[in-house]
Formats: sequence, structure tokens, C-alpha cells
Amino acid sequence: MSYLLLEDGTRFAGRSVGAEAIAFGEAVFTTAMSGYQEVVTDPSYAEQLVTFTAPMVGNYGVAPARSQSERPHARGVVMRSVGDPEWPRWLAARGTVALADVDTRSVVLHLRERGAMRAALVAGEASVGHVLEQIRAEPTMEGRNLVASVSTPEPYSLGRGTVRVAVLDFGCKRSIVERLLAGGAAVRVYPHSTPASEILAAAPDGVVLSNGPGDPGALDCEVATVSKLLGNVPLLGICLGHQLLARAGGLRTFKLRFGHRGSNHPVLELATGQVLVTAQNHGFAVEGSGPAVTHVSLYDGTVEGLLLQGADARSVQFHPEATPGPHDARPLVETWLAGLRYAAAA
Amino acid sequence: MPRRPDLQSVCLIGSGPIVIGQACEFDYAGSQALKVLRAEGLRTIVVNSNPATIMTDPGFADRTYLEPLDAEAVAGVLAQERPDALLPTLGGQTALNLAAELADAGTLDELGVELIGAGVDVIRRAEDRELFRETVQSIGLKVPESRIVRALDDVPCDLAFPVVLRPAFTLGGHGGGIAGTPDELARKLEVGLRESPVHQVLVEECLAGWDEFELEVMRDAKDNVVVVCSIENLDPMGVHTGDSVTVAPQMTLPDEAYQELRNAAAAVIRAVGVETGGSNIQFARERGTGELRVIEMNPRVSRSSALASKATGYPIAKVAAKLAVGYTLDEIPNDLTGTTPASFEPALDYVVVKLPRFAFDKFPGADPTLGTQMKSVGEAMGIGRTFTEAFLKAFRSRELEAGGHAPWATLEALPEGVHPWFRRRLEEARETLCSITSLEDATRDDWIRLKRAGWSDESVAGRCNTSEERVRAARRSWGVRPAYRRVDSCAAEVEASSNYLYSTWGEAGDAPFPAEGSVVILGSGPNRIGQGIEFDYCCVHAARSFRALGYEAVMVNSNPETVSTDYDTSDRLYFEPLDAESVLELCARERPAGVAIQFGGQTPLRLARALEAAGYRILGTPFDAVDLAEDRERFAALCGRLEVAVPPWGMASGPVEAGDVAAGIGFPVLVRPSYVLGGRRMRICYSRADVEAAVDPDDRVLVDRFLEGAVELDVDALCDGTDTHVAAVMQHVEEAGVHSGDSSCALPAVSVDRATIEDVEAVVRRLAPALGVVGLVNVQLALVDGRIFVLEANPRASRTVPFASKATGVNLVHAACRLMAGEPLASLTLPPVRAEGRVSVKAAVFPFARFPGADPVLGPEMRSTGEVMSSAGDFATAFAKAERAAGRPLPLTGNAFLSVRDVDKEAVAVLAARLAGLGFRLSATPGTAASLTAAGITVSCIRKVSEEGEGATAVDLIRRGRCDLVINTPDGRDARSDGYRIREAALVARVPCVTTMAGAAAAVQAIAGARRERAVSLQEHVAARSA
Repeated sequence: MSYLLLEDGTRFAGRSVGAEAIAFGEAVFTTAMSGYQEVVTDPSYAEQLVTFTAPMVGNYGVAPARSQSERPHARGVVMRSVGDPEWPRWLAARGTVALADVDTRSVVLHLRERGAMRAALVAGEASVGHVLEQIRAEPTMEGRNLVASVSTPEPYSLGRGTVRVAVLDFGCKRSIVERLLAGGAAVRVYPHSTPASEILAAAPDGVVLSNGPGDPGALDCEVATVSKLLGNVPLLGICLGHQLLARAGGLRTFKLRFGHRGSNHPVLELATGQVLVTAQNHGFAVEGSGPAVTHVSLYDGTVEGLLLQGADARSVQFHPEATPGPHDARPLVETWLAGLRYAAAA
Repeated sequence: MPRRPDLQSVCLIGSGPIVIGQACEFDYAGSQALKVLRAEGLRTIVVNSNPATIMTDPGFADRTYLEPLDAEAVAGVLAQERPDALLPTLGGQTALNLAAELADAGTLDELGVELIGAGVDVIRRAEDRELFRETVQSIGLKVPESRIVRALDDVPCDLAFPVVLRPAFTLGGHGGGIAGTPDELARKLEVGLRESPVHQVLVEECLAGWDEFELEVMRDAKDNVVVVCSIENLDPMGVHTGDSVTVAPQMTLPDEAYQELRNAAAAVIRAVGVETGGSNIQFARERGTGELRVIEMNPRVSRSSALASKATGYPIAKVAAKLAVGYTLDEIPNDLTGTTPASFEPALDYVVVKLPRFAFDKFPGADPTLGTQMKSVGEAMGIGRTFTEAFLKAFRSRELEAGGHAPWATLEALPEGVHPWFRRRLEEARETLCSITSLEDATRDDWIRLKRAGWSDESVAGRCNTSEERVRAARRSWGVRPAYRRVDSCAAEVEASSNYLYSTWGEAGDAPFPAEGSVVILGSGPNRIGQGIEFDYCCVHAARSFRALGYEAVMVNSNPETVSTDYDTSDRLYFEPLDAESVLELCARERPAGVAIQFGGQTPLRLARALEAAGYRILGTPFDAVDLAEDRERFAALCGRLEVAVPPWGMASGPVEAGDVAAGIGFPVLVRPSYVLGGRRMRICYSRADVEAAVDPDDRVLVDRFLEGAVELDVDALCDGTDTHVAAVMQHVEEAGVHSGDSSCALPAVSVDRATIEDVEAVVRRLAPALGVVGLVNVQLALVDGRIFVLEANPRASRTVPFASKATGVNLVHAACRLMAGEPLASLTLPPVRAEGRVSVKAAVFPFARFPGADPVLGPEMRSTGEVMSSAGDFATAFAKAERAAGRPLPLTGNAFLSVRDVDKEAVAVLAARLAGLGFRLSATPGTAASLTAAGITVSCIRKVSEEGEGATAVDLIRRGRCDLVINTPDGRDARSDGYRIREAALVARVPCVTTMAGAAAAVQAIAGARRERAVSLQEHVAARSA
């Protein structure tokens, strides 16, 4: 009997359709109705067990081009039903634990009320008591530094565009790089631990602080790096990168009860009054108010974008690169690149 | 932005009578919009000719006009009411076309009325094929390769067949089709050019076999765009989306492909320029290459948006109305969550499937092949946690009659071109069912697997060769019961107090806990001919009434078009099939104080036995009254005891016995199968040979004396079990023999004297309590030479309840609910029925033009899809206006063509003389002409099609537009008769064609006597009545 076990002892039965193993991680859910492969391969899902609220997952199979990284990062996948056998086969082949026939709506209602929490996906036989002990021995997501495990070990370059963009990789989705390339950038991706001096020495036109997993509050080294970059080169932070920029700018971050994960979150752009329907995937958020805030969530009022005046640094909590999700915010990346190009020409 | 302060009053145009392609979804849209606009403090004015709508109830607007939906009538209302704005995007194509017409004519400018929601340039860009193409191409998207054709000789020679024909400005693709050869193209082009009011047909690249998707998009005045719902069609391109099986959300597209559609949809709504509101945008997508074509966009609320609203819980019409008066998407709260805005796109954690309901059996001779022209008359929706669960719920919600023709009738034979993903899922579901063979072997896991796949107890019973009851008992013995989930628009991400529920299996529920003392109201399921919006109207009022009486109203229905399935209507809405299993399970959860079965037509009656057997209380009239009324022997015995006359009758098995019974009764007779509903297979027989031909060897039939030439009366009454209030005595315009649903009728009965009416009332007063009626009863009677015969009694709400309620100003459903809740009739203080004052006329609307090949003649089998109402100071004016509202405006002068059967030849002379006196030039077929000439009337004789000879035939004259009125009574049931050809020609040429003598007499009376009158609103009408 396979099951999802939460740290508070709540158990949801399911049928194993992926790897036969026990996976530990933080139980979270996403409301995205398409893009399951993109979700699972997004490094921001590292050390997480993701429940899909979409009723049928896997309908259109898998394709290499959809992966956001080399491999699945979510530790486990929880589904109400599997739409096509190719998908769970793909997960199993990559060692990812996956359960189907789970009462996913009840999982979501529970997490919504009690918050995201530590959990295990058990595919196969294992005593509940024993697994529960193991869950409670796992670290919580709060305070967890997961960037090292997902960042590139070596720098690499892509594209021959006219704008030179450095990407600080905290667990960067491929589509961020793809958007930069599509916008005419020459991209060099750096490991998360790269010293600011090394990046500044390469004299990029701008630096992107990428998305990534874990608690931004645990990334003091990375924040220090961002602080050194701040004011010396135009910055664009996305998701975790946004949180790191906020911290570098003196703001604090906090853990949301169950996070924002989905493809339907409306965000208000304060300068224009426009609503952007955005892709989101974050468990932490930035505390703040005041003139630096450029975007707010129309869902819970949390900070969705920042502009640090005088430092040419801006950031968004949502994912302008989408993939999966709506493309409403894509122009944000293009606009930023256009700004860099203009500045370089001036 | 807040609401526009400059708007004080808004006029809303409805969509008129229910026709194929425009059904209750626009009542749902209109009534939602009215609620919102009134809550915003705006004065609201409604124009809609359909009395069976909730939106035309006097309480829903400040001024309600049941007037024809034509430019003249609407301009009249606008001039009278002087609203600040006209909102045309909630009344379907009808309202949109009218708005464009009024704008083009300068009427709106003249009266200072602003068009809100969609301006006239927007309507043009979306509706004019050429402009739409330019618009779409300007944003880098493709439309199918196409040419506009304006004349028959205008056909491009380089066409690659097959091609699709789409006439401009017609609803539901009316008049269109696919042509495989140049000959076929020429034939269909002729029809299409005629059907299009602007005489334009688009001939375009055929995308048959491509996948079809629809997106429901909203835009506000700040240019914010959200996608409410994606819909995927199972039937591929080439089948009208209204006839397709559809699923939401889309199932087969990867994210990148879906986002491409989303981007395209946003680009289209912006380029077309819909200022505020919802639009439906349809795409074709080639499965292999991902090639995309934009097929069309509706810059308004549509059938698909009603479906999308029900599929997601996002009330598109409500939001559209708020956007139209100035709000933006980020300002409008989501009803279900209360905390998130309308810019939060819905996320679904369930699947929704819609299946269409067809009525081909009603139109023998019509082509049942599906194409670009919509043919379905209704739809059913299922909600489940998997595709197959939702599909199978919708599948059984259709309530198909056994043996009838329908696409998707079985899972064994799916249509071609269905995406393999859907095929595989349905195959898996079949395998799941096939995996069990007996109830004894099935374990708890098996039951959960079967139920999660979507199989009903009834399907399992069929598979295991046992009864549904035994299946239910076996399943329940394992503790396998449904769980009820909420539709919350957010996949549970946000706390929602939603009361909109569906069942699923093998998981926990999260539906609100039911309170004591609820009333379960059973709805009427998918629209079909004979059971449509009238019953939804009754169910909605029942919900409102029981709530007002202090009960919690619980609605059950499977029809996504309706107001009853608006979560605002009831305290809890169960979107479920109306079958015994679903209703019993939800009743087990609700433990209702009672179940109301008398408002949803025949559908709830079929569930009454199972409900009673399970110990639930039927409110009001007990089910036995239905049996008493339907079982002819019991009913006749009752009438005998009450000394109420019924026409002579008998039961017979097989043709010979039927012939004997008929001979004993005397001809003509009405023959019908004893289980008949809605007049199916009813025949009027004039001879023994007719009878024998009409009865199959193993038929058990009811043979009634047919009362020829009788005046038929329809009575709606209220009864508390003892006392009866006769609320309305309506007179049919057509004589007995035409189905009551198809006949026009007048209230008060215009040609029946007071004494006879009192006798009729006395009959109904004896009958209703004797049947045991507590609530509503409808009695149909015939008057022959001063004698009163009871034809039938229906101890439930009838089709005429909304009409009668509006004409008399008494809400009959509300009164019935009070009786059902135990109040005596005397405490209702109903106003006395007054015969004087205004005359209201109801007229039926028919779908014949959709079914070429079917004979457009009225008979005992009901075939109308909808109805209109009009009121005036006299019958002639009201009738003329009703005919106008029904889309058959009577000519005031011109050429009248007459061709009647022998028995009508005497009567036709009187009519012909009057027509001649009114200035009509007359022509007739030889027989009719001879009798007219003999009566001294000038008439030109035209040969029949079947007669040899020189010169034009009657059909030629009609086709060439030389005819303004056709009076033709059928001379037989020969499908290829001359009469049939004349009627068909009139139908195609859109010439009013009257097929009964009584109807012709009314038409002539109307032509002669109709006066111009100021439109009177329902509110004034009711005030005058109660004064």
C-alpha cells in the first residue's frame, strides 16, 4: 500500500506509478493545469513533494524540450489520476516517486489549512510509525540552503547576442536563459558561489538573479554577493533572485503558509494599473511596502515586484519566463534587455 | 475604476424565443446581468419576447417589455424609456444584430443611447467575415483561406474542395455546410445567400479533421485580459461546436501549445476591440504540425460562455455586466471565494464534459449528419474528477429515448476523428466495466474503480444482468457512497463558501453540511422538444419561493444552459444527472423535508417511485395522482364518477384490434402508443386503413375519438387538495389535433362565452381535488358544439405556466409552493381572474429551417423549440405582434397563395374573400381555385408541381418571391406530396405559411385588425390588472 504521509500524521492512500522508494520532502501543491514536466524539472521544486490539483496529469506525454533542467527536482509527485502511461514511466526511469489515485483535493485542503509541511511519499511497504519518525527527523524548509545542490558547478556561455547578460544560477530554469537568448542576449551562467568581483570583471551589461529552491533567509553568502553587485551593474531578480535582491536592499523575507504555485495568479503592476496573469512558484515572500514595491499580488497582497531606486535593480516574485504558465509578463524581460541595450549604446 | 457615474439607466436586449443555437443560456446571462445592474443602482429596462425566461419576470427589471425583437419594437421601447445605454452583449446574436441595426439606422444617436459592452465597430469586426479576417491577419494570426461570395456566379474557380460555406450574420451557422464538389457548392450557395441577411457567404478552406478549441476570454476597460476557461471539442472541426461533445479544461495540449492559444485569444479580443466583457474565440489546430487557425469570435456572452461559467464557477455574464458599467477585473470580487478578484483565472481540479441532445426523431426526412450548422436542441453536462467520470455522467444525463437516433449513442461506435487520448480513456472505462461479471465477486476496490471510472449503478446492472436496486444494495454493503465536492473556481487554493456541488467517489467530501428542513427541487435536465426553458422557469421560481417560505432550496439539474444551475438560485446546487442513483444519494445526504417533483416536467416524475420507495416525502401532489392521470382506464373511470366527459376511447394491441376499436369509436381517431410522451408517434386516422398502417404488430395503443374542428382550451389551476383556483383559461388558436405546445394560444379565451368558461372552470374544480392535486394542475379540454370534453390532465406545472403567470400577473409557481408547503388556498388571497382588458397571445417557434427534408406542418407531435408572447388591447393586434415576434411577420398586402384540402374548401372561401377585400391578389391550385371561383372570388389558377402543363408552378412562384402569404392545409401524409413541396418552398423563401384553417382565420383577422399600439411594460400591465 503506497501513501503520502504528512508530518502531522495525516495519511493519504495512493497507487505507486513511479519509482519504488520512499521520498522525503516538503509537501506542496500547484494549481497549474498544464506543464507537469516543466514543474517537476524546475529546480525550485528541489526537496519537495508536489501535489497537482489538476485532475489528470500526464495527458500529452513527455518531450525533452519541456524540461527546465537535466532531471526531475521534485522528489515526488502526487496525482489524482494519470492521463497517460508515458509520464509515470518517465518519472520511474528517473527515480522519482509518484502516486496516483490520491484524494488530492483533500491533500490541498489540508495543506491550505495547516500549511506546507514535511512529508514522505512511500511507494511500497513501510511502517507508518517508522516513516513518521524519519519525516520528523528531516530538516524543515525554513532555514534550508538548497542552492548548492542545483546550481551549475562551472560557468558556461550561450548565444551571440549584442547584450551581454550574466545569470547567477541559484537553480535557474532553462526558460529564463531561453527568454534572454530570444531577447538577443549573449548569456554567461555563473555558479551561485561566484564572487561578485569575478562577475563585474567580465563587465556584463546586466545580471539576472535566477530562481531557485529553499529559504532565501539562509543564503547570506549569496545576499552578500548581490549587495556587491547592487549599484554596479543593472540587476533583474526572478523569484528567489527577487528575494535575494530584497534582502540585499535591506528587506526581510518570510515563509508563506503554503506558498503560491500555479499559472493563474493575478499581479497588479502599480505604475500602470495593469493586471498580469502570472506563473508562480514560491514558498517564501518579501516583507515590505513603500515606493520600492512595483507589483503586488491581487490574491493576498504580498510583494510581487521591487525597484531599488538609484541602483538600477528590479525584481519580480513571479516568473516572467512562464513555462509553464501564461506569457503576460514576458515583455518584462524584453523591456529589461532593451533598457540594457539602450544604456550600452548611450 | 469605479462604476461610471454618468450611467443611470441601461436597456438589456434578450435573445427571444428558444431556437436551435440560442437557448436558455441567454436567460442565464440576462438574469445575472440584471441582478448586477440593479445592485449597482441602475434603472433597468428589458426587451425580450420570450415569456418563459426569468429575465422577463417583473421583479427582475424596472421595466420589462415582452415585445418582438425587431428594430421597430426596440426603437419604440428606447424612445419611450430613454435609457442612457444599451447593453447588447448578453442576448446572443439576436441582440447583437439588433444593436448593429439600430446603430446603423441612426436610432441610437438620435435617442442619445450609448452602446456599451461592444460598440458597433467591434460588432462589425467580429461578425463581418472579411473585416474579421483582416483584423486577425493584422496581428500575425491565420484564418482559414477563404473568399466572400455575394452571388451565385461569383464563385472563385481555383477552389480546393472540400470547402465550407458560412453565411454572414446567421446564428448557429444557419444555412451553412460543407461542399465536396462544384455542383454541391452551387446548390448550398443558393441557400446560404438567401439565409444571410446581407447576402454574403464565406467559402473557405475545409479544416475537417483538425482539432477544435475554444477559449473564453474577458477584457476590461483598462485592457486587462483573463482567460476564464479552455474548452476542447471531441468532435473535430467540421462539426458545429454546439453539436460537439466538449470537455473543459482542455485535455490534450501541452503547456506551450495552450499558451500559444491563450496569447492568440488575448491578441484577438484586443484587435477586435471588445471594450469590456466576455468573448468566445474558436481555434482549429492541426494535431501533427500545430498549425493554428482562428475560426471565429463572438464579441458577447455565448452558449460556450454559459458552459464555461458552469464549468468553472466564474460567472461570466455577471462580470461582463460589471465591466460594462465601468469596473475593472481587479476590482470585481469572485463570488465563490469572496477574497480573490475576477482577474484570478479559474483553476479546475475536476473535469467537465458536455454532450449535446438531439431531436432527429421529431423530424423524419431530415438529414441527421452533423456539420457546420447546429442541429442539437439541448445539452447535458457532467462534472467528475476524471474525464470518463464526467463524460459518463453527461452521457446518461441526456435521457435518450430508447431506440432514438443520436450521435454518441453508445461507446461502442465513436465518431471518426476523435483524438486518440479520449478514445483510450473511454476504452479503459469500458474495460473497467467489463472486468466485472457478477455482483458477488465485486470487492470494495472493484466498486471504487467502477464508480471512479464513472459507471452508474444502472450500467453495472446492465453488465451483470441484474436490477439497479440490487446493484445499489451490493455497492452500499461495501460502504461505497459518493462524496460531494465543491466547485470553487480555485482548485481549493482559497477558502470558498461555494454551494455548487458535484459527486465523486473514493475520496472525502468538502460540501457544506446540510441544514434541517431543505426542499429538494428536481430540475428538467437537458432541453428537448416538449421539455425546455418553461420548466426551468418553474424550478427557479420554486427555489425562490421555498427560500422565501423559510426552507433551504436544493436544486438538482444537469443542464448547464439554465438559470436553475446558477449557484445564486438555490442554497445548494447539485450539478448531477437526474437519475435514481444520483437523486437518491444526494437525498440520503440532504435528508430533505420534501422533494418537489412537479416543476421539472416529465423528468422528475420518472424518479418519483424510487423516491417514495426510499421513504422521501413528495411535496404537494402525490405521485399516485400522476399515475391516475396517465393511466387511461383509471382516468376515464374517475371522469365517469365526476360526470366529466372524455372523448370515446379504447385500448388495443396490434393493427387489427386497433382497427376494430377505431371502428367502434367512430372516425376520425387519434392513435398513440400507450407510453407516449410529448406526442411522439401520434397519428390522426380517418379510416381503418390509416389505423392499421399507423400501428405496429406489437404496439399497445390508445385509440381516442378525434374531435375534429373542436376549440381546444388549456387551463392552469391551483389546488390545495380541496379547493381549486382556476388561474388561466387559454384558448388555442389552432383546432384540436395540433399539439398544445405548437398551437398559438390566447388569454383570455377570446371566442368563448362567459357561461362556457364558467362550465369549464367547474369541470376543472371537480377534477383537480379528485386527482389529489396539491399545487399546480394543467387540464386540456375541447369544446364541440357547446359540449366540454376533457382531453388530458397533468398534475404538475405545465409549459404554459410562465405565460399564464405573466399574462395574469400572478406568480403561479410561488402560489403552488405555498400550497405544497401546507397553506390552504384561501390564505393565498389570489386576485380574481378577470377576462376584460388586454389580450395576451403566445405563439410557437419552429426549427423547420434547420431540418430540410422534414415537413413543416403542424400536427399532434410537438416540434416547436420555443415561444413568444405579446399583449395588446385586442386579439388581432396581439396575434399580429406575436407572429412578428416569432419571426413570421404577416404581410399587410400583396399576393396570397391558397391550396387547401377538400374538407377546408368551403371555409377557405370566406378567408379568401376577406383577403381580397384587404387588397390581396389571390392565386390558388386548381381545386381550391375552382371552389373560390364558384364562390365568386377572383383568383388566378396555378398548376401544382405534380401536374403537367405550361407556366410556373406554385413552388416556382414562391421561390421567385412572388408570394407574401401561403395558406396550405395538408392533404395527407405522403412525404412527397404537392402540399409538402409548397410548404418547403415557403419555408426556404421565408414566406409565412399557415397550415391550419383556424390559424389562417386568425392570421386574416390579424392582418385586417391589427393596430399600432404603444408598448406596455409588464409592470404597467400587472399594475393595471391589480388596480
